[in-house]
Amino acid sequence: MTAPAIETQNLTKEYPHGFLHLKRKTSLEGLTMQVQDGEVFGFLGPNGAGKSTTIKLLMGIIFPTTGSAQILGRPVSDVTMHRDIGYLPEQPYFYDYLTAGEVLDYFARFHGFSTTERNERVQKMLKRVGLETAGKIQLRKYSKGMLQRVGLAQAILHDPKLVILDEPMSGLDPVGRREVRDIILELKNAGKTILFSTHILSDAEMLCDRVGVIAGGKLRGVGAPGSIVGVKSLGMEIVFELVDGAHSTEKIRAKVARTGANYRMSVSETELYATMEELRGAGARVISVTQIKPTLEDFFLELVGKDRAQAAAIEVSGK
Amino acid sequence: MSRILIVARNTFREAVRDRVLYNLVFFALLMIASAVIVGQISMDIETVVIVSLGLSAISLIGLLIAVFTGVGLVSKEIDKRTLHAVLAKPLHRWEFLLGKFSGLVLTLAVNTAAMAGGLFLAMLFVKHSIARGDAVVLVAVYFILLKLALVVALAMLFSCFTSSLLAILFTGGLYVAGLFVAQLRSLQATQLNAQTQKLLSVLSYLLPNFGNYDVMGAAAHGRPVPGSLILHNTLYTMLYCAIVLTAAAMIFSRKDLK
Repeated sequence: MTAPAIETQNLTKEYPHGFLHLKRKTSLEGLTMQVQDGEVFGFLGPNGAGKSTTIKLLMGIIFPTTGSAQILGRPVSDVTMHRDIGYLPEQPYFYDYLTAGEVLDYFARFHGFSTTERNERVQKMLKRVGLETAGKIQLRKYSKGMLQRVGLAQAILHDPKLVILDEPMSGLDPVGRREVRDIILELKNAGKTILFSTHILSDAEMLCDRVGVIAGGKLRGVGAPGSIVGVKSLGMEIVFELVDGAHSTEKIRAKVARTGANYRMSVSETELYATMEELRGAGARVISVTQIKPTLEDFFLELVGKDRAQAAAIEVSGK
Repeated sequence: MSRILIVARNTFREAVRDRVLYNLVFFALLMIASAVIVGQISMDIETVVIVSLGLSAISLIGLLIAVFTGVGLVSKEIDKRTLHAVLAKPLHRWEFLLGKFSGLVLTLAVNTAAMAGGLFLAMLFVKHSIARGDAVVLVAVYFILLKLALVVALAMLFSCFTSSLLAILFTGGLYVAGLFVAQLRSLQATQLNAQTQKLLSVLSYLLPNFGNYDVMGAAAHGRPVPGSLILHNTLYTMLYCAIVLTAAAMIFSRKDLK
């Protein structure tokens, strides 16, 4: 059995604060989790939840107060395994006196490529992130989104086994987000392991094999996006239109919301058939009936709400 | 080793693209040029004035670059978070530190060489020839470079554990204190009690002895500098830099970055 791509045991990070640094603030508390080889793992949480702290601990940018972490079977303190890791920092910032091509060339040198291979990889990466025409412009003239693309290019330049992306969609327009999603899917298809943090839940639902939800420095749930939110139905949604001559009843009118020419209403499963009869009687034409399932967003908001109310941690596991 | 060179090369490139450094070197060359004018109104001691003023300009500008750029070498990378992507590469923190140090020392060597070139042009303009004895000016320039390397190492050490402002103050303070090491050692023993004497003695050996690098008088008057002093200063700088950089690397290797 191969070792997990990422494994943490009771990883905790406390920061001293206060005037004399006598108080301690806990950013991450007892994080124990695994990211399996070849999976796309989404790390979800609101701002300040501990996502970036975890990633910085994994990358050796900060050091744990207690606990330990291994990447590809080796302790995170072993920088030689960085050959197999690509990392995109949150809001990446690079040397602004360099061009995108020069930055990528600089980073490529640490991996010991020959001059020819380095040049080839740099050109290929610039093209892949859509910067081939801007490769000779100094980074000081780049927008936030363009810097994000440079960051992504340097993270995958050396064809790493594991890619860690801290908020990869941050600062990108819809086209850029789509391109990043495509790159993540390409990496997944190439068998790479990907860990990325985000608070954009639709991205996580679309890309991840599993997600981990973190709030208040604690891991609150791990599992497949579908299973983590549960399978309980929240009711049924009926979309219908009122054809000429139709007359909706007061009861129906009280429940509907209008969007354009269509009306939509939510009812419980037990009320479905009675409501359908009522709609038919009123001369409405039903367009669709859909079961309402909880989304990752519902789960997320519930979790964050509970956390803010300092409710007890909930245990959800996809295993 | 190659990874240190990669960082050093990039540090040098950053300096080359930084217009502030050009302005400082231009200012130094202007000072050297003005020394020619001052020299011409100083009867019979033109060379002394030109060499003294020129070496002072090289030393002053070099010190400004060494302290301010040296302090910012690491702290700027931490503040701007450029370090995050760099440390994600197979690179030890001590290698990064040594690379930054080497890059700035290389920059200072090139700047100092350019300013020394300007000084020799000024000397040539006044004397119409360069004699073998003028080589002592080169020794003085070499000593300035050694001094600057030590200042950079100290600036980097302080910037590893304190704010940029405090690091500048500490480095500047230590530099000034280091100029008076010889006086500290020759304090009248009778005026002090035994404990204070011992403390001052220890302190005088711990402080970097920047007075050792000052051969400006000999250079201005064309007096030769003994080879033993060149060897001593070279070894002293290497050893002191090694100790300071080791301490800096130990602190930096355990530092939580922002």
